[in-house]
Amino acid sequence: MLQIPCPWCGPRDDNEFHYGGEAHIARPVKASELSDAEWAEYLFLKQNPKGPFTERWSHSAGCRRWFNVVRNTATDEIIEIYPMGELPKSPQGIKAYETNWRRESAAQKNAKAGASDK
Amino acid sequence: MKGSASGMRALKGGSSRYSIFALARNALSYHENWQKAWRSPEPKPEYDVIIVGGGGHGLATAYYLASVHGIRNVAVVEKGWIGGGNTGRNTTIIRSNYLWDESAGIYEHSLKLWEGLSQELNFNVMFSQRGVLTLAHSEHELKEMRRRVEAIRLNGIDSEVMTPAQIKKLVPIIDTAPTLRYPVMGGFIQKRGGTARHDAVAWGYARAADDLGVDIIQNCEVTGILREGGKVTGIETSRGTIRAKKVGCVTAGHSGVVAEMAGLHLPIDSRPLQALVSEPIKPCLDTVIMSNAVHMYISQSDKGELVMGAGVDSYNSYSQRGSLPTVEGLLAAAVELYPIVSRLRVLRTWGGIVDTCPDASPIISKTPLDGLYFNCGWGTGGFKATPGSGHVFAELIAKDEPNRISAPFSLNRFETGYLIDEHGAAGVAH
Repeated sequence: MLQIPCPWCGPRDDNEFHYGGEAHIARPVKASELSDAEWAEYLFLKQNPKGPFTERWSHSAGCRRWFNVVRNTATDEIIEIYPMGELPKSPQGIKAYETNWRRESAAQKNAKAGASDK
Repeated sequence: MKGSASGMRALKGGSSRYSIFALARNALSYHENWQKAWRSPEPKPEYDVIIVGGGGHGLATAYYLASVHGIRNVAVVEKGWIGGGNTGRNTTIIRSNYLWDESAGIYEHSLKLWEGLSQELNFNVMFSQRGVLTLAHSEHELKEMRRRVEAIRLNGIDSEVMTPAQIKKLVPIIDTAPTLRYPVMGGFIQKRGGTARHDAVAWGYARAADDLGVDIIQNCEVTGILREGGKVTGIETSRGTIRAKKVGCVTAGHSGVVAEMAGLHLPIDSRPLQALVSEPIKPCLDTVIMSNAVHMYISQSDKGELVMGAGVDSYNSYSQRGSLPTVEGLLAAAVELYPIVSRLRVLRTWGGIVDTCPDASPIISKTPLDGLYFNCGWGTGGFKATPGSGHVFAELIAKDEPNRISAPFSLNRFETGYLIDEHGAAGVAH
């Protein structure tokens, strides 16, 4: 069983939480410019590393707030907890975020381009 | 399934055949002179085809490559020991009662191969067609179930509706009282479904493939996939470089890790799936029962243990263990439906890592790299597909073209949107 340190409620058992999967997937803004393959990549392809992984959890049976976690999927060790909308700060978390193939993907670049337009 | 289509060519060498005469002959020498069931060769520098992953699906693929397609210069490369991954961790349930035509195609193909497998491999895989019964616990589920039964029968697959009274007669230990929180309101059974001995499936395929010249290389971990200009040229392993023009990856649980070695990304999350057995008791359950609503399934092994399982844990992990709440949930359902379970002790629990796909259907596919093929994404129910999966994957590798059965399971369905959504329709699976 995982014990997850909720930033607001402290360490709690994992059955109080809801898993939100991979973190930091930005929605493409210029949707009409995406090819079918790029949509497939955004919708279906997964970052599924064996090692440090940036993911989202919600304390659904507690404070009901969302937050990000860096967890080693090979050992289930929780490395870092950080707020939604921010990036990881631990060396392992930074590496997991930056070496993620999605950072280079077309859908992600599209999302970034949209953001800078605003 | 007989004849050349399924590759009825294994073990021609009479001396190595298992039979009652071989048993008697070896009894005279105190069973000390049995031949090894397969060799442990050193890897050759090059093969025609390399299969990565020595589980049931990988060994079946190698066997059908050799027996059906005559491709015998094949290596199966396994990082641990054969059948030591999910092949040895699943709960051995076999059925083909799926809703969609594409799923019915592959799982029924597999079930037909199961029906002749022990004879074909000359290895008793202990396939037992004891039936697989799925319960309905609400009016809505009952109606949905009737619809499924008709859809399944239209595909020529056996499926019958059962009333609570018929279920009680078949399964005396079940509680069919209408006062249960989730009462048994009916069910449907596939009588041709059942169980098999999972280790025997790996060993049987390994022995038959080895007999046809396939090299089974254990304790050999793949560390890289070699490429030149969009083509696969071989693999890097912990025992050196092995070259091949075709590489088939069948590494459930770690499919994403192997894909990354080739620079590919898959629509797969790796999740723990748990199971448990009780202490052994006298025979009390001679069928397999699953329930989607209360989310548990149960059967009794030949050793007498009650084998139980449920769904996957909610989060990605490669740790081969899951969370206790998942086990508590399935035991709560088991105790309500089968009150005798409350008196039993749990003998052991374990977890395996399964590939979960967005549409709960497998991937049997070519990849953007020439000569690289993937067979993965079987989720929680890959064991039942072992023979069919290996059979169609061997054809895909041999001909570089999918056949009618495997074509719908191509990777490009995630681009075309032609998903085969078996969530719910697949049931609890396994």
